[in-house]
Amino acid sequence: MTATLPERPAPAAVPPPAAPPARRKTSRSPLTWYRGGGLANLLFVLPMVFVFVFFSWSPIVQSVVMSLQKTNMIVSEWVGIDNYVAVLTDPELGRAVINTIYFALLALLFGFPLPLLMAVLMSEVRRGKGLYSALAYLPVVIPPVVAVLLWKFFYSADPNGVFNTVLAWVGIPPQPWIQSTVQAMPSLVLEATWAAAGGSIIIYLAALLSVPPELYDAAEVDGASIWRKVWHVTLPQLRGILFIMLILQVIATAQVFLEPFLFTGGGPAGATKTILLYIYDKAFRNSLGGDYGEATAVSVLLAVVLAILSWLYFKLTNRWSTQ
Amino acid sequence: MSAPMSTSPLREGMRGFLSRRNPFGRGKRESLDDLADRTIVSESERRRRGTRFGMSVTHVFLFVTLVIAGLGPILWLAKSAVTPTQDTIQQPFALWPNGIDWANLSTAWNDIHIDQYFWNTIVIALGAWFTQLFIATTAGYALSVLRPRYAPVLNALVLATLFIPGIVLLVPLYLTIVNPPFLGDVSLLNNYLAVWLPMGANAFNILLVKRFFDNLPREIFEAAKTDGAGPFRLFWAIVLPMSKPILGVVSVFAIIAAWKDYLWPMLVLPNPAVQPLSVRLPAVQSQTELDVFLAALAIATLIPIGMFLVFQSVFLRSAGLGGAVKG
Repeated sequence: MTATLPERPAPAAVPPPAAPPARRKTSRSPLTWYRGGGLANLLFVLPMVFVFVFFSWSPIVQSVVMSLQKTNMIVSEWVGIDNYVAVLTDPELGRAVINTIYFALLALLFGFPLPLLMAVLMSEVRRGKGLYSALAYLPVVIPPVVAVLLWKFFYSADPNGVFNTVLAWVGIPPQPWIQSTVQAMPSLVLEATWAAAGGSIIIYLAALLSVPPELYDAAEVDGASIWRKVWHVTLPQLRGILFIMLILQVIATAQVFLEPFLFTGGGPAGATKTILLYIYDKAFRNSLGGDYGEATAVSVLLAVVLAILSWLYFKLTNRWSTQ
Repeated sequence: MSAPMSTSPLREGMRGFLSRRNPFGRGKRESLDDLADRTIVSESERRRRGTRFGMSVTHVFLFVTLVIAGLGPILWLAKSAVTPTQDTIQQPFALWPNGIDWANLSTAWNDIHIDQYFWNTIVIALGAWFTQLFIATTAGYALSVLRPRYAPVLNALVLATLFIPGIVLLVPLYLTIVNPPFLGDVSLLNNYLAVWLPMGANAFNILLVKRFFDNLPREIFEAAKTDGAGPFRLFWAIVLPMSKPILGVVSVFAIIAAWKDYLWPMLVLPNPAVQPLSVRLPAVQSQTELDVFLAALAIATLIPIGMFLVFQSVFLRSAGLGGAVKG
């Protein structure tokens, strides 16, 4: 009994030495706050907080709110998930989703192997690498609107059109390109691939430099040929960056707008109407004020899918770059 | 932990891409040619006749493909910009069968007001450049160097926006511009602030700058503080001058993004008099003769191409960063 008494104050006495430093920080006077650089901190943080509050954080919240409302700029009323039900049962959205997936698949088919091949070849040549990189990157520098308008002329269905002239050289009859429901989407993807390939090539070139040379030496000791080295050393070493590029490309193609909007306006017969075009039409096509509720409902759904992909991408890059 | 080489191929790759130079001591130029120690094909394989032939084929293939795909459209545009409409339509690949029409350029510049849209584009790009650089550096400095106690919260909130694709903001952001909070009846439509300010809310830039600041040597900051430098002086006289490489990268990103942007300026700048080239070009296409229109396209391409030729290394470095270090 007497042995427990002296022990009781002890646990109570232990916390105080640890607590005061923490508490002293929270109850600083304005003067110490100022002397400690609090005002300077605030001034440096303020511009970022200002733009993010007004142009990022609050629009994100508003987006979710608006997707649950019917609004005509003046009054808004809550309608629950009506907007979501309306767009999800709209066959046009289904069409737009299929078109977008088709665009993404074609973009992977055209735009994935070719830059990799070019980068591998470019990394092997001894001279002219700088020139080749610059040439490969040039299309990326051309403003996208200029590129699309230029290609729109290239895609002229006239037998004297630029691409049809080239086809005629090798004996292929003139093609309708973007005027045909079948060829329109591949034509858009071809232009988009041309416009983006340079960026991928540069990224692959940088990744190729990071393959440890010892691995090639080791493969050679085992008698590996050039092709076997590509297959068993280079490609496995690049699989991280390949996966990242895959996710990045899917995220980008899911939001494709410029090409379908400027090339075809979603036509012919809705063959190139993508999700973003659908959102744009809902929100902005009608100049008297669009159906913002349904437009944001689609945006939110798309954002959720893309956010999952971005998160995956972030996890991967973080693991590969900080471990 | 102690073997970063094998576990961080991307970082190593970028570092090599940025800093390795002249491993053989030949020549002084710092170019991609000098970077690689060795690649897939070994020295001894390169001496073999079959491989040498393969290398020549590779060179020819690369050169022809890249000149046609990379340079071809630009050269064609340059040619067609000074070619009469009928020649371009009937013989798109003929070199001036009926002479050069230099007047296209001046017609485009003066009569369809490309001069004005060109100027608008430059103003938009410069404003976007300043806004993004200002916000990214001040925020990066606060989050990386000053580190107030609320920094982790801000950092997480900024980082979180990386996962939200821009599209989700489109409609609410547009309504914010039409009717900004706390400003009464003032609308930011047709005001360049409507383009500049949202571009400043760029989490990727902040992350890029913050990571760069994180790697600056802390001892220098401590020394400067000991010498009596306050937070502003430290920012302006020490941190910024040490960060030129990343400032260059952010500048390139900002200017190119502003020059490329289409949908957003089209929405918030409905008045043609303030629109940039990217918005005006598709709009004037239907009322413009083809040769003049192609001349206008050529003019719109001049500045980006020129910037690329001058700042090539910054562009290519940014391109590598864009994919490899993002996130």
